[in-house]
Amino acid sequence: MTHRLAGGLLIALGLGYTFLYLPILLLIVFSFNESRLVTVWTGFSTKWYGELLRNERILDAAWLSLIVAACSATLAVAIGTLAGVALARYGRFRLRWLFAGLLAAPLIMPEVITGLSLLLMFVSMDQVVGWPASRGFGTIVVAHATLSTAFVAVIVQARLAGFDRAVEEAAADLGARPATVFWRITLPLIAPALVAGWLLAFTLSLDDVVIASFVAGPGTTTLPLVIFSSVRLGLSPQVNALAAIIVLVVSVLAAVAAWANRGRFA
Amino acid sequence: MTGGREHSLMRAAVLGVPWLWLSAFILLPFSIVVAISLSVATDAQPPYVFGPVLDNYRLIVEDTLYLAALGNAIRIAATSSVVCLFIGYPMAYAIARAQPRWRGPLLALVILPFWTSFLIRIYAWMTLLRPTGLINQVLIDLGIIDAPLQLMNNAFAVHLGIIYAYLPFMILPLYASIERLDPSLLEAAADLGSRPWRRFLSVTLPLTLPGIVAGTLLVFVPAVGEFVIPELLGGPDTPMIGRLLWTEFFNNRDWPVAASIAVALTALLVVPVAILQHMLAPREEAREVNP
Repeated sequence: MTHRLAGGLLIALGLGYTFLYLPILLLIVFSFNESRLVTVWTGFSTKWYGELLRNERILDAAWLSLIVAACSATLAVAIGTLAGVALARYGRFRLRWLFAGLLAAPLIMPEVITGLSLLLMFVSMDQVVGWPASRGFGTIVVAHATLSTAFVAVIVQARLAGFDRAVEEAAADLGARPATVFWRITLPLIAPALVAGWLLAFTLSLDDVVIASFVAGPGTTTLPLVIFSSVRLGLSPQVNALAAIIVLVVSVLAAVAAWANRGRFA
Repeated sequence: MTGGREHSLMRAAVLGVPWLWLSAFILLPFSIVVAISLSVATDAQPPYVFGPVLDNYRLIVEDTLYLAALGNAIRIAATSSVVCLFIGYPMAYAIARAQPRWRGPLLALVILPFWTSFLIRIYAWMTLLRPTGLINQVLIDLGIIDAPLQLMNNAFAVHLGIIYAYLPFMILPLYASIERLDPSLLEAAADLGSRPWRRFLSVTLPLTLPGIVAGTLLVFVPAVGEFVIPELLGGPDTPMIGRLLWTEFFNNRDWPVAASIAVALTALLVVPVAILQHMLAPREEAREVNP
């Protein structure tokens, strides 16, 4: 029965993957184009890569983005893990509906609303308590961590839901203190979820342009903000080169992850 | 109960830290947005004075600009979701019916674009769709058209961008529900003489409905509030509510109107979706437990 559909399904798959990948592949091909006009091929050249690597503005922004992503992902994992444990293990605690609702809000909320509300909060806080005096690194980290905490909590909660509580209870019955149970039993059990959550939070931060546009200060420009402002003005061969590098890095990381997980899918 | 005190301390920390975070960075910010939506715009710094007045809400209801942008955003998001479903369902079905050792790599290929930059994927379409872009050049070189077609800065390009960017979000939940489908149900239907299309419509489709709903929501919800795609690929004839909020805030510096758009959009979009998800959630959990 599935065999009769196989031909049509194969065509659907082929067209689907072509749709997903052709634009990216063309972008990479034209990053080796000599012409500034991006889409008019005049000859092979690697000069845009050279220009990209000499572009201090982009290099500084890339470095800032990596640090912001690492800090916000770590913060999100810390808070998201606690929230996930609370939801999976503490049952019907008081105001659980509000807790779960606030936690999930950034998942459903359009980014413009998340960004606007955080900026307005930072401005009001500055007026009332004098913090944050200036917006920049700290405010972007907090904003990205707020966005990612929800994703981490969902992953941790799902992982905990799949585990029998008996292991934790057994450890407690044998005299382990609550903190010991958490560090020695619960955390190792959910470690894969923490890694997955951290990587997802890292990617979300590295990719965000809308929320950062609201909460970044004039002196702190992340990589997506630089790309966005240059793309708004038109095409730029350096962005093509940057795209090629990003795709290369992501593909290598994905291949390494697949290799590390080999055999798990089968 | 030696650990009783310690246990309650632990509980206080596990609940307390997220509560503090959520109150400070989600509840408080949204309360401030509500307060500013009831304020009056001025030239001061910050540019508003608390009212409370309902003028901003009156404006966004009476001036057709705002409702038109909301309607347009909902229409574009809905059309794009349906197209994503029609592209995504056969792909998800094919992946779920592929040999088990191929499923992992095929799914990874769907997820991979998500890990590359969102902005760069939209930029890729800009290089293709521009008047001097690749598609127009190829069509002119082939002699099919004389002058470049207007492919960008219109509703077509916004749809295309949304479909391209959000297709993986449609495929993943669809795959999960199709893969879980018990093949013996289809065999039973076949044994009873049901034809392939009939089997699809009366067995496969209803049983994968949770995946269809989840995938559609995952595309529709972010698409309604989308800013980057209409900004880069859209034009003057494609106002969308997310972009309008941005313009009110950054270009017009009208914080109260921007805030009232945020509150209205939350009430009209976020709350119904949250209720819908809440209604669907217990059924999903029950399904998890059964096998």
